[in-house]
Amino acid sequence: MPSVTYIEFDGTPHTVEAENGSSLMQAAVDNEVPGIDADCGGGCACATCHVYVDEVWIAKLNSADVMETSMLQLAEGVAANSRLSCQIELNDGLDGLTVHLPESQH
Amino acid sequence: MNTPIADPYSLPLDELDPSAGVLFQRQLHWAYFERLRKEDPVHFVDSEEFGPYWSITKFKDIMFVDSHHNEFSSEPMIVIGEPDSDFIPPQFIAMDPPKHDVQRAAVAPAVAPKQLVEWESLIRERIQEVLDGLPVGETFNWVDRVSIELTGRMLATLFGIPQEDRAKLTKWSDVATSSPAVGMSGISLEERKAGLRECLAYFTEVWNQRVNEPPAMDFISLLAHNPDTRDMDPMEYLGNLLLLIVGGNDTTRNSMTGGVYALNKFPEQFDKLKADHSLIPNMVSEIIRWQTPLAHMRRLATQDVEVGGKTIKKGDKVVMWYVSGNRDDEVIDSPNEFIIDRARARHHVSFGFGIHRCMGNRLGEMQLQILWEELLARFSHIEVMAEPERVESNFVMGYTDLQVKLHA
Repeated sequence: MPSVTYIEFDGTPHTVEAENGSSLMQAAVDNEVPGIDADCGGGCACATCHVYVDEVWIAKLNSADVMETSMLQLAEGVAANSRLSCQIELNDGLDGLTVHLPESQH
Repeated sequence: MNTPIADPYSLPLDELDPSAGVLFQRQLHWAYFERLRKEDPVHFVDSEEFGPYWSITKFKDIMFVDSHHNEFSSEPMIVIGEPDSDFIPPQFIAMDPPKHDVQRAAVAPAVAPKQLVEWESLIRERIQEVLDGLPVGETFNWVDRVSIELTGRMLATLFGIPQEDRAKLTKWSDVATSSPAVGMSGISLEERKAGLRECLAYFTEVWNQRVNEPPAMDFISLLAHNPDTRDMDPMEYLGNLLLLIVGGNDTTRNSMTGGVYALNKFPEQFDKLKADHSLIPNMVSEIIRWQTPLAHMRRLATQDVEVGGKTIKKGDKVVMWYVSGNRDDEVIDSPNEFIIDRARARHHVSFGFGIHRCMGNRLGEMQLQILWEELLARFSHIEVMAEPERVESNFVMGYTDLQVKLHA
């Protein structure tokens, strides 16, 4: 059970215990972390689960595929460490993962 | 109006065609889609009016098609009918990447969350002004006095044109969506072209002004100053104008009307709302689902693709019926009910999915939220006095008339 931390735009942290195999988006929704809308429900089809991955974790993640890169164009304030959290699958190797949430989802 | 319409359950399945505009106008489309979702969710029919096409009616299949833009092209247009061959104004919703991406990115800043903060107080002031001018205790048409009035004002701001010209935008929006291509029979091609030429002439002048002014946060200025769009030819400019006008007009307008109608159809929900105004944001998503302002989007398969166990062939026309996906009980509990505190209310298909997903969704939601905050602050009840009159279209789920009476 990896533990992951979401930091809201205003700095409020939320640490949750996630299931192995669940997505970073699903873990947020299941634990009512505010700031992740996930309108499409995890299909990489809406860009409303945008997060910024803390630098130290980027290399440990699978990289964004073509569809995720396309969908990220719809988000606001996209940076090099932007990801859609529905496309990040959690496992014990990601225990301690920390992400920052954008001011709002578009 | 009195053409008989067959009960969908009396027809052979392979003849079932849900696309006639009059079906939607008379609200007889629901049973067609209910049968298709149950018996043939990926359905092929050779339509008398629109030719052969596939109907996609289940939520998950719609999401699949919508998010596979390489397999399903948006060109040359996104409604079910075929274009008039000599008159296809290109617009980015009906383009594939990479051109779609750069044109959309040029105008998106005007409706991005950051900009909404700038619009919010302006929108609230206008809503207050319009609501304060409404008669109490008298019956009037909500569509004209509220929905059209408010969306017209917002559009004029987004285009940076004088408020006194806002009725023109409403007119051009109606002209653009009144077409045989969406099952509407009442307007000739010549009338339509004349209206659209007038729109282009007006906005060519606006463009010429903006080009020589410093960049500003309105659609025309954004287009005129962006290297990716500043050399657009006139037809492409017209196409994108129409997209932005319709996108910001019909959708929000009919959700403003649909919400009033829905709360009267489900009075216990109205009571719930009056008792707890914090339900407004969730209700706004539910209104947008329940109303589904745009009923469909069309694609063309670029290769053979399997969807729901059927093979869609390269070149086939595919219609995603959003209006049906939003009633799919495999994804949405009690989908025919209007439930303002519904769990996961944002999980609806009205904005579409994938790279063409609605660009102005947050602005639309914000306008509806403020409208309901200000309505509840002023009136104890908004009473619907008669069943609404609706648009003849398989695309715009629109109202032309909803008679209401406000109670102090």
